[in-house]
Amino acid sequence: MSGVRVLVGTRKGAFILTADGKRERWDVSSPHFAGWEMYHLKGSPADPNRLYASQCSSWFGQIIQRSDDGGKTWHQPGTPPGEPTTAPDGTPKGESNKFVYDTSPETGKPLTTHQWYDGTPHPWEFKRVWHLEPSLTDPDTVYAGVEDAALFRSTDGGKSWRELPGLRGHGSGSSWAPGAGGMCLHTILLDPSNPNRIFIAISSAGAFRSDDAGKTWKPINHGLHSQYIPNPTAEVGHCVHRIAMHRSRPGVLFMQKHWDVMRSNDAGESWQEVSGNLPTDFGFVIDVHAHDPETVYVVPIKSDSEHFPPDGKLRVYRSRTGGNEWEALTKGLPQSDCYVNVLRDAMAVDALDKCGVYFGTTGGQVYASADGGDSWAPIVRDLPPVLSVEVQTLP
Amino acid sequence: MIRVTLPAHLRKLARVDGEVKLEVEGEVTQQAVLDALENRYPMLCGTIRDQVTQKRRAFVRFFACGEDLSHEAPDALLPDAVAQGAEPFMIVGAIAGG
Repeated sequence: MSGVRVLVGTRKGAFILTADGKRERWDVSSPHFAGWEMYHLKGSPADPNRLYASQCSSWFGQIIQRSDDGGKTWHQPGTPPGEPTTAPDGTPKGESNKFVYDTSPETGKPLTTHQWYDGTPHPWEFKRVWHLEPSLTDPDTVYAGVEDAALFRSTDGGKSWRELPGLRGHGSGSSWAPGAGGMCLHTILLDPSNPNRIFIAISSAGAFRSDDAGKTWKPINHGLHSQYIPNPTAEVGHCVHRIAMHRSRPGVLFMQKHWDVMRSNDAGESWQEVSGNLPTDFGFVIDVHAHDPETVYVVPIKSDSEHFPPDGKLRVYRSRTGGNEWEALTKGLPQSDCYVNVLRDAMAVDALDKCGVYFGTTGGQVYASADGGDSWAPIVRDLPPVLSVEVQTLP
Repeated sequence: MIRVTLPAHLRKLARVDGEVKLEVEGEVTQQAVLDALENRYPMLCGTIRDQVTQKRRAFVRFFACGEDLSHEAPDALLPDAVAQGAEPFMIVGAIAGG
């Protein structure tokens, strides 16, 4: 029987939740990497036993972990213990947690500063990996979106990482500025129909697309309107929170922006607002039903700065029309006194029939719906604050 | 043998219990000890000092023989008691929150 594996990253460790295809009884693992911030875990579509995880702390920095057995055991995919960390010529070997911005004369020389909160130039400083996106076809290839915003790629199973500097260097990098959560590259979408096409999003620079496998990039923010920036329709500077696509229709994108839910029908060339009747168009997560590319989910959040559900009611909103018309999904979710947030990487769907929808909260609950959102129940209620949720549908 | 103590998170990463004992050739300096530690336990690269600049991470400190050596030069000799293995070189996570 098929099953699902839910990968949950929290402020104090990672958890793996598993169930069979009925999704009624769940096994909750003990914490992996207890005490560490686990920003994101994701499995390879090409090999479901291959998992990557971003582990970090303010004290000890960034660690990349890899599992080759579906999360039972983990290791750092760099130099094995006992082997020297330098090559015979004295140069450092690539290490799995070594994320070094490209400063080469050929590609990285101009990439010196971005804009700080006060508008002054500020050097790029690596802080952490927010998002790991494994290749759709090769288990050893994985992309990392990092803070300060840049895109890295590993082609050796996470042992070593190289920046794709064309993104920071495309021309507007010096004007990017951090959002409240930092200047993070948090969304990476790989086009299933075109291996050369990659979408990424940065808070708060906006969305970008590459059509040559990450070598060159262009901003794709036409149609976005952000009242909180000096030029509301600027080419870059928009605080994009999340982008989602359906793999059968990768030219259609859905975006949850700092304010506004947006849709693009032309791979990001232009965007139209589809917030419609949402109680607030602020939020972080957005995702698309596994079998219906016009069914979209968001969790409206009150802002500025409150960042909890309106009226203390935790409601997922579903549109079956690709936006504009939204219905509140409340069955099984707390409808009073609920003041949690749902962070940008904390919603996912499975590919079972009926489609399962999952999200995690800063209050430590992971909710699941096995019927496309009609009803919900917590898988687990008392985890540390949830940073990310990913789902693997297992054969 | 040089004795090194690690904070709990780094012991877990390195998969060791208790103190680490290292052979250090030549002069026993902070840099020589950290080089030997990272060579033996490459998974610790980048967790104590930056991989590029080799500077101590901001929330990591070094102590030995009751002294704070965090701000000593990396090539300064460590105390004789550390070099002789009588006292450990202590790598400590700074207390700055939960």
